[in-house]
Amino acid sequence: MITLALIFFPLIASILVFLSGNNNAKKVALLGGLVQFVLSLVALSKYQVDPSSLAVNQAWLTSLGVNFTVGIDGIGIVLVLLTSFLIPIIILSTFEREFKNAAAFYALILFMSSALIGVFVSYNLLLFYIFWEAALIPIYFIAGYWGGEDRVKVTFKFFLYTIIGSLFMLVGIIYVYLQARSFDYTTLSALELTCSQQGWLFWAFFIAFAIKMPIFPFHTWQPNTYTTAPAAGTMLLSGIMLKMGIFGVIRWLVPISKAAFLCNGDIVIVFAVIGIVYGAVLAIKQDDIKRLVAFSSISHVGLIAAGLFAANELSLQGSVIQMFAHGVNVVGIFFIVDLIERRTGTRSIKELGGIINQAPLLSVFFVIIMLGSVALPLTNGFVGEFLLLNGLFQYHAGLAAVAGLSIILGAVYMLKMYQNVMLGESNEVTSNFAPLTLSEIIVLTVISATVIIMGVYPKYFLDLSQADIHSLVSSHCSSASCIK
Amino acid sequence: MKELVKFIPLLPLAGFLVNGLLNKKMPKTMAGLLASSVMAFAFIISFSTFLSIKDQPNASFVVNIYDFINVGSLKIPFSFLIDPLSVLMMMIITGVGFLIHIYSMGYMHDDEGQVRFFAYLNLFVFFMLLLVMGSNYIIMFIGWEGVGLCSYLLIGFWYKNQNYNDAAKKAFIVNRVGDLGFILAIFLIFNQFGSVQFADVIASASKLGTGSVMLTAITLLLFVGATGKSAQLPLFTWLPDAMAGPTPVSALIHAATMVTAGIYMIIRSNILFTLSPTTCAVIAGVGVATALFAATIGLAQNDIKKVLAYSTVSQLGFMFLALGVGSYTGALFHVMTHAFFKALLFLGAGSVIHAVSGEQDIRKMGGLKGKLTITFITFLLGTIAISGIPPFSGFFSKDEILAAAFSYSPILWGLGAVAAFCTAFYMFRLLFLTFFGTFRGTEEQKHHLHESPISMTLPLMVLAVLSVVGGYANIPAVLGGGEYLAKYLAPVLAPTTEYIAAHGHKAHLSHETEYALMGASVVIALIGIILAYVTYVAKKAVPAEDGAELGFLHKLILNKYYVDEIYDAVFVKPLYALSSFGYKFVEVSGIDKLVNLTSDSFVLGSKVSSKLQTGNVGTYLLLMVIGVIAILAYNFSRI
Repeated sequence: MITLALIFFPLIASILVFLSGNNNAKKVALLGGLVQFVLSLVALSKYQVDPSSLAVNQAWLTSLGVNFTVGIDGIGIVLVLLTSFLIPIIILSTFEREFKNAAAFYALILFMSSALIGVFVSYNLLLFYIFWEAALIPIYFIAGYWGGEDRVKVTFKFFLYTIIGSLFMLVGIIYVYLQARSFDYTTLSALELTCSQQGWLFWAFFIAFAIKMPIFPFHTWQPNTYTTAPAAGTMLLSGIMLKMGIFGVIRWLVPISKAAFLCNGDIVIVFAVIGIVYGAVLAIKQDDIKRLVAFSSISHVGLIAAGLFAANELSLQGSVIQMFAHGVNVVGIFFIVDLIERRTGTRSIKELGGIINQAPLLSVFFVIIMLGSVALPLTNGFVGEFLLLNGLFQYHAGLAAVAGLSIILGAVYMLKMYQNVMLGESNEVTSNFAPLTLSEIIVLTVISATVIIMGVYPKYFLDLSQADIHSLVSSHCSSASCIK
Repeated sequence: MKELVKFIPLLPLAGFLVNGLLNKKMPKTMAGLLASSVMAFAFIISFSTFLSIKDQPNASFVVNIYDFINVGSLKIPFSFLIDPLSVLMMMIITGVGFLIHIYSMGYMHDDEGQVRFFAYLNLFVFFMLLLVMGSNYIIMFIGWEGVGLCSYLLIGFWYKNQNYNDAAKKAFIVNRVGDLGFILAIFLIFNQFGSVQFADVIASASKLGTGSVMLTAITLLLFVGATGKSAQLPLFTWLPDAMAGPTPVSALIHAATMVTAGIYMIIRSNILFTLSPTTCAVIAGVGVATALFAATIGLAQNDIKKVLAYSTVSQLGFMFLALGVGSYTGALFHVMTHAFFKALLFLGAGSVIHAVSGEQDIRKMGGLKGKLTITFITFLLGTIAISGIPPFSGFFSKDEILAAAFSYSPILWGLGAVAAFCTAFYMFRLLFLTFFGTFRGTEEQKHHLHESPISMTLPLMVLAVLSVVGGYANIPAVLGGGEYLAKYLAPVLAPTTEYIAAHGHKAHLSHETEYALMGASVVIALIGIILAYVTYVAKKAVPAEDGAELGFLHKLILNKYYVDEIYDAVFVKPLYALSSFGYKFVEVSGIDKLVNLTSDSFVLGSKVSSKLQTGNVGTYLLLMVIGVIAILAYNFSRI
């Protein structure tokens, strides 16, 4: 039941927010987000006692034989927690801004939360697809209506790009259904397909997931969309939504395409590794800090993707914990970017500088989140990066060494940005920088604390998904076959 | 004892948290007192641990704190290894660290960022202790990167100055180049041995055999890590720039402790290196080259801290030379004596800078020995120690290294001796220009000249005593010494000793040779000193002003062989150019253009195909006729 509540509570909350009117919307939305977070903690406690208690299997579209099958496993729980942890933070992060049609804005965020949870708990492929597409609707409006310059053009491109990817997946889904006469996870996992069937299915699903993450060279919608969308939209996209693509690979691509997944790993990893270096190198000279972070995200996600396709226990465990860590850190950085832009009216590195003199507390948070992003040990970023690179190293040492360049390049662009934005003497743009407000301090404290707690004691988070990753690796990734 | 050991790193961590969290609310004088007292307690525990394990062959033990990462077969406990090596390092870190904390209370007295300073300093000590106490490569790596972070924060401590911030950033990034090597080495170690625990790795290393490719790769990658942290060729350039940080930082981090991490790491993994002769040869070569390279640069520097910085790079080169030729004890011996005399020299330099109102150019100093008596005497003792004059500490440790180098290859000895000559010269040049002759600064500075407060001079005196007597820890047998350090470290070096005993290729120098080498190195040092005396005291020479015409060689070493300029042209500028190029041409007018073209082609395609639907019956008929003819023509051609 709690699983259904996780999906439908935010939907109800979304309607309530919409009805509460523009003045109260943000408070009601925050309350809704917090209740949702508590629900996810309840789910967590139930998960730790008995994961199967979270499964629900209801008859649904009987004519198609489709059941409403949901459940939460060790990978799903991490993403459910990530979603319900970040949604209230994202809502709180907007408290210093006033939005036109605020009720609609906050209602869309909660609607999105519902769809995202749906994606992460679906054990039915059709259900998964419905949630997958449903998640696109709110973000389309958030970015297209409340975004910055060029928002219509940029958002339309993003929409078109992802929807085209999804269509490939839809074709794949229909094909799988025709083969198995079922959308059910267990049935599909046991499905035996020929090599060429698996090959085509692999690419059909892969394109949808690769565009969502995005993996190089399907990434060009990302920097523009991240830069143009309002901060909350960028946080939703980078913090949670891109994890849909990564999650999709683990949940559906691996069991459906089996052998094709393993034998196409090489080519995908090569592109992912190119993306790691490419994103990091391009981030270095960006003047717009939002765009800089967007490119750094391409680099980070590239590593997660590479780990995914390296498909060993270390790399998969690394990608799961890194999904959480990246989500937290990237939301933290985009929030800092937003509060700087709000105060100074600019995101240009050239125009900023010396903010530390006015807001020393901000620099402390900035440093902590930055360290998480550059994967310093004892921060959350290190655990994931270490496991990912180690797993990738087991797959191919040379590729891991190239991917490891991000250890150096990450420090180059992050420290450069921090130095030019925060340090030095203040200038006319930054000399009146207002101190942090209470809501900002709360957001940054929660994020910074998470960065450190996960980094110092990662075992708790790793243990959540350990068993499921182990069985995934042993059942699908170590050996897989197809009918010749 | 075992229960108390975990408090050694926890104490400075607590100091950091209290100072860091209270920050503005913390009374300034309390900050230093708190930071120093946690150091004192940490030292007391380290020292009593030392007392309890010395003279006991099997006294080492592991303290488990918690499970850090457990994934599949990868098991990484957060645990400490307490053995003679880690305890010695702990004593150096907390002991010298404590003195430098006391000194900082005087030195940073008027700085408004004092609380932040002590918080960072304590945090540094915490990470440095993790580095040496960790029982596996991951905990070591945590400390390794953590000290790098603190180094970054402290170099850029005065953050309003963007040059200092540049120096801090450079230190972090250059160190990360080394760190990449280190982490790749850890991956190799895990893949090879299935564990990252020192005990497991050391126990199964010898199964791979001498000179195995795997061990050579592991040790070379570890050494890459060491060149970053310990400022060796080619990654040394960050250290001289790091002098932007407050002087106590230079003494603690960039002389006595952090920069010796690479040496510690190699001694910790000694059997891996002993089994990889190729790597050892590389290390010896890089070490001696760095020693010589940096020493020659030191000859012409005019900034008091820059001279000491290059001297540090050079002395670290000596330590790597020792490691390369297999003298692990010699390397650690020099780590220890260097910690004493180089911390002393930096703190002395700080006292001088303090006295002359922030001036660091030795051309604008002179004649300070009358006003700064304690600073002068202690600085003199430190200078004699580093120059290698018996019976001061530096003589014994340097002699041990040079003797080991000689038995490996007389050429290495020769190069090392040249570096030692340069050391004696530039150090006495520094001493003479600073303390002898007449004062060359402004009248105002002259008016303010004063000896530093007791909080600063007391650490100088303690370190001076240690610099003088520190060598007694390991006086060679040939001079009737007990070689205590060698005996103390024997359990740590046992794998190497056993290996050498089994393969029996350690050449022993005859007593005559040892005496001759000692005599030679003392004479060489004395010549350097006399040369400096003649130039800077007897002839009263002062180095040329900036912009003066100089000879080619002089200009070359004054400009540090233009290494920074070369790196800038070869790495930094191309990377920036690549970034701009990539964005403009690959991203915007490359991949994204292609994406847009794809969608444009659909638009174009629909436009073209929509043109077919004109509604004109004549056009339709024409197309129909063409179609029919085409079909018929195709069918006829097939007959």
